[in-house]
Amino acid sequence: MENAHIEAVGHAAETIGRLAVHHVSYLWLIPLFPIVGAAINATIGWKLQRIFGKKIVHRIAVTAMLLAFGTALFAFAQMLALPAEERFLQNTLWNLLTAGRLTVDLGFSLDQLSMMMVLVITGIGSLIHVFSIGYMADEPAYWRFFSYLNLFVFAMLLLVMGDNFAMMFFGWEGVGLASYLLIAFWYTDPEKAAAGMKAFVVNRFGDFGFLAGLLLLFWGLGGGWQPRDQGLRNLDYLPKAELNATAAASTAAQADALAPRIEGVKVGPTMNFRELRDQVVVEGTGVKEGLLHKTVWGIPLLMLVGMLLFIGAMGKSAQLPLYVWLPDAMAGPTPVSALIHAATMVTAGVYMVARLSFIYALDPSAMGWVALIGALTAIFAASIGFFQYDIKKVLAYSTVSQLGFMFIGVGVGAYWAGAYHLLTHAFFKATLFLGSGSVILGCHHEQDMRKMGGLKKHMPITRITYLAACWAIAGFPWMNGFYSKDEILWKAFTSEHLALFGHPTPWLGGLIYLIGIVTATGTSFYMFRSYYMTFTGAYRGGEGHHDEHNEDPHAATATAMSATSVAVHASDGAVHADGHAHGHPAPAPAHGSHAAPAHAAASHAGHGHGHDDHAAAQDDGAHAHGGHHGGTPHESPWTITLVLSLLALGSFLTLFLGIPTAWTHRAPLLEHWLAPALAEGIAFAEKPPWMEFAFQGIGVLAGTVGWFFAMVLYKDARSTVPASLKERFAGIWTVVYDKYYVDELYAATVLKPAVWVARAFSRFDGTILDGLVNFAGAVGRSLGRFDAAIDRYLVDGAVNAFAAGTLGFGRSLRGIQTGRIQTYLYGALGGALVVVLLNFLIQ
Amino acid sequence: MVTLTHFLVVGALLFTLGLVTVATRRNAVGVLMGVELILNGANVNFVAFNHYVTGGVSGQVFALFVIVLAAAEAAVGLAIVLSIFQTFKTIDVRFADLMRE
Amino acid sequence: MKLNSSRIALWFFATLLVVVFIGYMTTQVIQPAAAVAGVPAPQPAGLTDVLFYVLAALTVAGATGVALSRNILYSAVGLLMALLGAGSLYVFLSADFVAVTQLLIYIGGVLVLILFAVMLTNRITEVNVSNTSFGLFGGALLFVSVAPMLLAVVTLTPWPQRTPEALGPTTAAIGHGFLTKWLLPFEVASLVLLATLVGAVVIARKEIKAD
Repeated sequence: MENAHIEAVGHAAETIGRLAVHHVSYLWLIPLFPIVGAAINATIGWKLQRIFGKKIVHRIAVTAMLLAFGTALFAFAQMLALPAEERFLQNTLWNLLTAGRLTVDLGFSLDQLSMMMVLVITGIGSLIHVFSIGYMADEPAYWRFFSYLNLFVFAMLLLVMGDNFAMMFFGWEGVGLASYLLIAFWYTDPEKAAAGMKAFVVNRFGDFGFLAGLLLLFWGLGGGWQPRDQGLRNLDYLPKAELNATAAASTAAQADALAPRIEGVKVGPTMNFRELRDQVVVEGTGVKEGLLHKTVWGIPLLMLVGMLLFIGAMGKSAQLPLYVWLPDAMAGPTPVSALIHAATMVTAGVYMVARLSFIYALDPSAMGWVALIGALTAIFAASIGFFQYDIKKVLAYSTVSQLGFMFIGVGVGAYWAGAYHLLTHAFFKATLFLGSGSVILGCHHEQDMRKMGGLKKHMPITRITYLAACWAIAGFPWMNGFYSKDEILWKAFTSEHLALFGHPTPWLGGLIYLIGIVTATGTSFYMFRSYYMTFTGAYRGGEGHHDEHNEDPHAATATAMSATSVAVHASDGAVHADGHAHGHPAPAPAHGSHAAPAHAAASHAGHGHGHDDHAAAQDDGAHAHGGHHGGTPHESPWTITLVLSLLALGSFLTLFLGIPTAWTHRAPLLEHWLAPALAEGIAFAEKPPWMEFAFQGIGVLAGTVGWFFAMVLYKDARSTVPASLKERFAGIWTVVYDKYYVDELYAATVLKPAVWVARAFSRFDGTILDGLVNFAGAVGRSLGRFDAAIDRYLVDGAVNAFAAGTLGFGRSLRGIQTGRIQTYLYGALGGALVVVLLNFLIQ
Repeated sequence: MVTLTHFLVVGALLFTLGLVTVATRRNAVGVLMGVELILNGANVNFVAFNHYVTGGVSGQVFALFVIVLAAAEAAVGLAIVLSIFQTFKTIDVRFADLMRE
Repeated sequence: MKLNSSRIALWFFATLLVVVFIGYMTTQVIQPAAAVAGVPAPQPAGLTDVLFYVLAALTVAGATGVALSRNILYSAVGLLMALLGAGSLYVFLSADFVAVTQLLIYIGGVLVLILFAVMLTNRITEVNVSNTSFGLFGGALLFVSVAPMLLAVVTLTPWPQRTPEALGPTTAAIGHGFLTKWLLPFEVASLVLLATLVGAVVIARKEIKAD
C-alpha cells in the first residue's frame, strides 16, 4: 500500500532542513471513512433507523470512526518505523486547481504534529461516539446526530491532514459548519438555534482574519514593494520575475515546470505547507531574508500575517475577544461540547499556529501578540468561571482559559509544549465534559450545581474520573496536566525574545508567567469548586427538574418532541436498577435499539431519559413526576462509564510523554517526536535547574492553594463563606457572574448597528427597490391596459366599424334588389340613358 | 303632308307611353298592357319604315311576326299572371318580390 | 307611396338628375343637331293629314289612358283605342293585311285575353288597384327623360326617305313572302305558337288543378 519514494536530502533529526517525503496512497482513507458514514446516515439514516432501529445508525458511525482510527494507527506505525527526519507521509490525490501562481492540490500529509492530532481526533472521537450511543439514546433524530458527528470528524481531519492552506481552510470552515449544525441540533428551540448562529457568525469574523493573513502571506512570497521617492505612501510593487514565474501556468504540471528552484526547493508563492516550510527553513533560498525585510506600508509583513492569522485562531479557538460563542455553545448536546469544544475544533487555532511555527518564529511581535492574548484570555475566562453555577458553563470557561494557556505555549515559542497541552487538555477536558454529561444524566437533566451534591455515593465511577481530571487540570504531578502546563509557564518565564508591535518586550515573558500562575490558581479553585459542589455534601436536587434555561438539550428535547418520546418511553419497562416504582406498562421495544449486552444498563439510561422526557412533557405536572421517583441520582450506563474511565486513564498515561528535561536530562518524548515538524532556534534563557524545579513547585503550590480554598469553601457545602462573600461583594459578584457584560457590549456595539444596517437595507429594498419594481410592474400593467383599450376600441372598433359599414352599405344596397321588375326596368332604363349620355359626352 | 317623321313620332310616343305603363303600373295585367303598347309602337315604326324607306313587304312581314309573337307572349304572360293570382291571391306586382335581396 | 324625408330627398335628386340630363341633351345635343339637320318646312294639310292626326291623337290618347288610368278596365279600353288607332295607321301605310291582322289578332285575341285576365284576377268590386309603385311622378320623370330623346332621334335623323308607292294590296306579296323568303320564320312562328299553346295550358291548368 505504500510507495517509499524518498526524495531525501538527508539531515539529522535535530537539524532543520528539507524534510524527506514518503508518498503513500492510503491517507485519503482516514477522512473518507467518516464522510462516508456521514453520507450514509444523512441520506438513508432515517430510513435505516425506522427499519432496523437506532443501533444500525450508531454502528455505521462508530465503525467509520474505528476504521479511521485504525488507519491512523497504521500510519502511525509506519511513521514510527521511519527515521525521525523522514517522518512525512504525503498522499496527493489530484490537482484541484491551478491558476497562475496558485496551485491547490487535493493532498493529505501527515507529519508528526498532524499525526498526533489525527490520533487524538480519531481516538477521542471514537470514544465520544461510543459515549453518544448512551447519551443520545432517546433522541429521535439519532441518525442526524451521528451524521453530523461524522461530518465534523471529517472536516477536522481535513483541517489537520490538509497539506496546503486551501485544504486546511476547507476543513476550517467545515468544522465551523459542523459546529453550527451540532450546537443548534435542537433547532426548534430558538435559544439553541441562536447559539448555533452566534458560533458561526463569530467564527466568520475570525475566518476573515485568517483569509486576510493567508492571502497576505501568499502575496508576500512573491515580489515586493519598493518605496518610490522614499515616501511610505508611494510604493511600487516590484514583482520579482523569477518568483512569479509560475504566473503563466494553467496546469499543475506547467506550474511545476515553471517554478524556480533554489537548492531543490521550489520558491515563489505557494499554499503548500511543506513547500512553505522548506522555503523558509532552507536559508539558501533567501525567502526567509526576504520575508523578514518585507513591509506592507511600513508594517512588517510577518507581524501582520501572524496577527491576522491569529485572528482566525481567536475565532476558532475562542480567545479574546471572539470567545463569546463558546459558552453559548453549551446549548449543544454534551458529547458535542466534549468533542468539539474541548478536544478538537477549538484546538484548530493552536494547531494552525504550531503548523505555521516557522512563520511565527520569524517575527517576535507576532509571537508576543499571540502569547499576550492567550494569557489575557486565560485569566479573563478563569475569573468568569469562578461564579458560574451551570456545570457546563464552568467547563466552557475553563476551556477558554486552557486554550489561552495553549496559545501562551505556542506564542512564546514552546510549540511542542502548546501541542502537548493540547493533547493533555483533550484528555482531561473530555473526561470533565463527559463526566458532567454523566452527572447531568444522572441528575435527570439537572445542570445547576446548586441542585447537585453528594453524587459520589450515587455515581462513584463518574466521581473518580472527574476527580482525576480535576487533578489534571489543577496541575498535580500525578496527572498529565502538570507537565504540559508547567512546561508552558516555564518557557513563558524564560522567553526573552518576545516583542509587541515591533518593540522588544523582554519583560513580557515574566508578566505572562505571572498571569499564568494566577490563572492556574484560579483554575484549580473553580474546578475543585465544581467538584465539591457536585459530588460532596448532601444531594440538593430533590425534585424532578423542568428547566427553562437549560443548556442541556434533553429536557428541551422532550418538550419539543414530547409526543414521540412519551410514546416511546411511556412503554418502557420496569428494568430499573433503583427499583423506582413506575406505572409503566410493558417493556419498550424502542430500547431494544441499544446493543444487546448494554441492554439493561442502556435501557436504564434511556429510561432515565424517558423519565425526564415524560416529566418535561408533563409541563407543570413535572413535580408530580419528580415526586414520583424521588429524584435520586444514579450512575450512568457502561457505555458512559467505560469511556470516562478510558479517558481518565489516558489522562494519566499521557503524562509520560512529557517528563521534563530537567528530570531526565533527555528531551521529553513528545518534544522529541514533534521536533522535526516545528520551528526551532527560538531562544530561551538558560536558567539553573534549581530554578526550574522551584517554578514547578510553585505550580504545584498554585494548584494546591486553589484546591485548598475550594475545599474550605465548598466541600460538603458546609461553609457559609461563599454566600456571605457574595452578599458583601454583590456588585463585583454580579459583574463577574454576568460575564463582564461582554455579550451585552457586543450586542450594543456590533449587533445593533449590524441589525440597524440590515433593517435599513431591508427598508430600502422594500420601499425603494420594491417600489421601483412595482412601479415597473404598474407601468407594464397600465401599458397593457392601454394596449387593451387600443385593441378593444381602436382596432376592434375599426374592424367592427368596417364590418358595420359593410353591413350597412350592403343593407342599403340590398334595397336595390326589390324583387320587382319595374324597379329593374327603371334601373335598366337609367343605365341606358347613362350610356346614351356617355356616348355623346365621349364624342 | 304626312311624312315618315309623323309616324315615327307616333311610334315613339306609343313606345314611351308603353314604357311608362310598364314602369308604373301596379297591376300585372296593366304591365302586360304596357308591353303591348311597346310592341305596337315598334310595329308602327316597322310599317312606317317599310312604306317610306324600303319598298316591298319585309317590314310588314316583320310586323306580322311581331303581332304573332305578341299574341303568344300575351297568352303565356296572362297564364303566368293567373298562376300568380292563384298563388298570391293578388296580382299587385309589389308583392311579386320573392327574388328580392 | 309613403312620404318621408328620405323618399322626398330621393325623388328630389332623381328629378334633379333628369332635369340636368334633359337640359344637357337639349342644349348640347339636340339643338346642334337640329341646326344641322334643318327642319323641313311645313306644308298645307289635306284630308288625309287631318285624318292622320285624328287617328294619331286617338292612338296616343288611348296609350295615355293605358298609362295613366287608375281603373284597369279603363286601361283596357284605352288599349283598345290605341290598338285601333295603330291599326288605322297601318292602313295609311299601305299595310292592309297587317291592319286587319292587328284588328283580328291583337284586338280580337290579345285584348280579349287581357280582359279575361283582368276579369279573372280582379274582384270586380275592387277595381281601383292601380296605384303605381313609383307614383305618377316617377312615371313623369321617366317620360320626360325618354320621350325627348326618342323624339329627338326620330325627328332629327336624316332618314333616307323616298316617295312612297301608291297604296295597294299587300296580302299576296306577304303570302308569297311567307312561303318563299320567310318560310323558316313562318314555320318557327308556328312552332312558337304551338309551344305557347302548350305552355299556357300547362301553366293555367296547373293552377286550376292546384285549387
